[in-house]
Amino acid sequence: MQGLYDFLTGPALWLTFIIFFGGLLARGAFYWGLSLERDKIFWDHFDPVWSWRSIYHWLLPWGGVSFRQQPVFGLAFFLFHLCLLGIPVFLDAHNIMWEEYFGWSLPTLPDPVADWGVLVLLACVAFLFARRLVKPEVRILSTLWDYALLLLTAAPFVTGYLAYHQYGDYLTWLVLHILCSEVLMIIVPFSKLGHLMLFFFTRAFIGSDMGARRDQYGRLGARTW
Amino acid sequence: MTEPAEEIQAQETPEQDDRPVDLKKIQSILSSNSGARMRSWLDICARCGLCADSCFFYLANDKDPKLSPAYKVKSTVGEMYKRKGRVDRKFLREAYEVLWGQCTMCRRCSMFCPFGIDMAAMIGVGRAVCTSQGILPAGLAKAVENIRETGNQMAVSQEDWLETCEWMAEEYGEEIAGLTIPVDKKGVKYMFTVNPREPAFYPQDVGMMAQILHVAEESWTVPSTGWDSTNLAMFAANKEMAAYPVKLMYDKALELGVEQILVTECGHAYRSAAFEGPYFLGLPGGKPPLPVKHSVQLFWEYIVRDGRIKIDPEKKVTVPVTVQDPCNQSRSAGLSQMLRELSQALCADFRDMNPNREFNHCCGGGGGFIPMGAEFKKRRMISGKIKAEQIKATGAKIIIVPCHNCFDQITDLNKEYELGLKVVSFKELICESMIIPEKFIPKEEDEEPASQPGDDGGEE
Repeated sequence: MQGLYDFLTGPALWLTFIIFFGGLLARGAFYWGLSLERDKIFWDHFDPVWSWRSIYHWLLPWGGVSFRQQPVFGLAFFLFHLCLLGIPVFLDAHNIMWEEYFGWSLPTLPDPVADWGVLVLLACVAFLFARRLVKPEVRILSTLWDYALLLLTAAPFVTGYLAYHQYGDYLTWLVLHILCSEVLMIIVPFSKLGHLMLFFFTRAFIGSDMGARRDQYGRLGARTW
Repeated sequence: MTEPAEEIQAQETPEQDDRPVDLKKIQSILSSNSGARMRSWLDICARCGLCADSCFFYLANDKDPKLSPAYKVKSTVGEMYKRKGRVDRKFLREAYEVLWGQCTMCRRCSMFCPFGIDMAAMIGVGRAVCTSQGILPAGLAKAVENIRETGNQMAVSQEDWLETCEWMAEEYGEEIAGLTIPVDKKGVKYMFTVNPREPAFYPQDVGMMAQILHVAEESWTVPSTGWDSTNLAMFAANKEMAAYPVKLMYDKALELGVEQILVTECGHAYRSAAFEGPYFLGLPGGKPPLPVKHSVQLFWEYIVRDGRIKIDPEKKVTVPVTVQDPCNQSRSAGLSQMLRELSQALCADFRDMNPNREFNHCCGGGGGFIPMGAEFKKRRMISGKIKAEQIKATGAKIIIVPCHNCFDQITDLNKEYELGLKVVSFKELICESMIIPEKFIPKEEDEEPASQPGDDGGEE
C-alpha cells in the first residue's frame, strides 16, 4: 500500500497535473485556432464588457434566470460548485503539501469549515443525482456517463472525508482519495467537465452576440442572465 | 383575417423516398459548422434540463420531455455529429419533424442555459443538412423557389409592386395632400423595404407607411428592385438562396446612394437585413454595408424622441392595449424599450405581458412556421397556448403586433382561443391618431394626389 501511495503522490501526481493543465491548455489552444477560422461571428462581435456581464451573473447564486426560476436547484448548484472548487484548493492539508513541494501555499480554510463543506457538497450531489433520476426532462437527457461522472466527482470527497476522520484504515482511504482525485482530474479536459474552461468561452459568445451586437444605434442588447 | 401565406403555400405530403443521401454534402455542412462554438456546445451540455421550462413547445404540450430544447438538439443535430453525418433519409425525415415542427428558433432557451448554448443556431445546422437533401417544408421550398425566380418570396412581379405603390399613393393621398411614393429616388435618407405580403395582400400597409413618412417630411424612396427584406430561405437554412434577396437589397441601396435601409414592421426581415445578411454574403466584420433601421425605431424617433409626429391626445387609444415582443425585435434586435415607449405614447392604458422584453415567449409563428402551411397549423395552435394565456392575462382589448408572422399567428390565436382582440400594427395606430399639419390637409380643390410614383427618376 505504501508503494502505491508513493507512486500516486510521485510520478502519477505529476502526470495528472500535466494531463489536467496540458489537456485544458491544448483544448483551449485548439479551439482558439479553430474559432479564428470557423467562428468569425464570435470575433466580429466579441465585447469584453458584455462577455463579462454574461459570465459574472451566472457565477453568482441565483444570478442566472433559470436559477431564479428554480431557486432550490440554483442554491444546490451554486453550493456544489463552490465546495467542489473551494475545498480542494484551500484545504489546509493540501496547502501543507504544496508548501512542501513548491515552496508556496494559499490561504487556508479552517478544518471544521472544510469538513462541513464536504457534507454540504455530498448533500448537493445526492440532490443532483435524485433530480436527474426523478425529473423527466433531465432523465431523458441523462446517459449512464452523466450519473457516473457525478459519482466520480463525489468520490474524492467521500474518501477524503473518511480518511480525515480515520474511519477504518487511514492509508487505504488516503490512497483511494488520491486515486479518485487523479482519475477525476484526468477526465476533466476530455469530458463535459471541460466546461471548467469552456464555460467562459460559450458565455462570452452568447453575451456578446445577444448583447453587444444589438446594443448599437440606440438599441439595447439583450441580457442573457 | 385570411391566411394568405398558407393558402398559396400548401404543404404537400412527403412522399416516400428511398434515395440514398448525399453523404459528402452532409459531412461538408457539418464540418464547416464544426467550429469552436459547435464543438463546445456539443461537448459541455451538462444535460441539466434547465432549458426545458424556457420553451413554449414544452410548456404548451404538458411538459413533454421530448420537447425540451436540449433533447431536440441532441436527437437531431447532436446525433448527426455523433454519427459523423452517416444518417439516412428516414432519420432526416424524423429530424425534419423536430427541426421545423417543434422549434421556431426563437433563442429563448439560450438565455436560460447556464452555458448560453445557442440551440437555435444548432437547429439551424440541422435544418441546413435536411434542406441539402431536399427535406424541408413545402411552403418554405416554394418560397425559396420564388426567391430564385423573382428575387422575392411571394413571386410578386416588379410591375405589381410598382402598381401597388402607385395605387396606394393615389388612395392614401386623398387624406394627405401632396403624398407621393417616390421610386428609386437617389441620395435620399431611407430606402423603404417591405414584406411581399404587403403588395400581395395588405397594400394598405404601404399606404399607411407613406402617410407617416410624408407627414414627418422624410426624405425617402421605395426601390424598384431589392424591395423584399424578408428572408424565408434563412428559415429553410439555404444559405446560398438566403444571400440572394439580401444582395439585391444591399446593391440597390448602394446604387441609389441612400443613407439607410428602412425595414417594415417585420421581425425576421430585420434580423436578416441587419444581422444575418452580412454572413450570408460573407461581408467582412459581419456588418451590413449601410445601417439598417426598423420601422419601430423610426416611429419611436418621430413620436417619442423628436416629436416630429404629434399624437392627438383626444385620439389616443383608451381601451387596454398590450404589445407583442417579436423575438427578432426584442430578443435579437434590442428594440424592446422602444416598443414600450412607443406603445405608451399611443395608448392611455398600456399593459405589459409577462414575461416580456427579451424574455418574451415566441408567439408560435416564427422560424418559418406561418408559411410552412396547413400541415403545421394544428401544432401552431397548440403551442400558441402560452402566448394566448399571456395576452389574456393582460386584459387587453387591442394588441399591437409589429411583425407580419406574429400578426398572422396572433390573429389565428385570437380565433382559436376566443380572445376577442383587435390585432393592429403600429402604423395603423399612428395613422389613426397622428395630428395632420394644416399644410397636409387636402383642400377641396386639390384633392387629387400631387404626383405619381416614378416622378423622381424611377424605372417605370
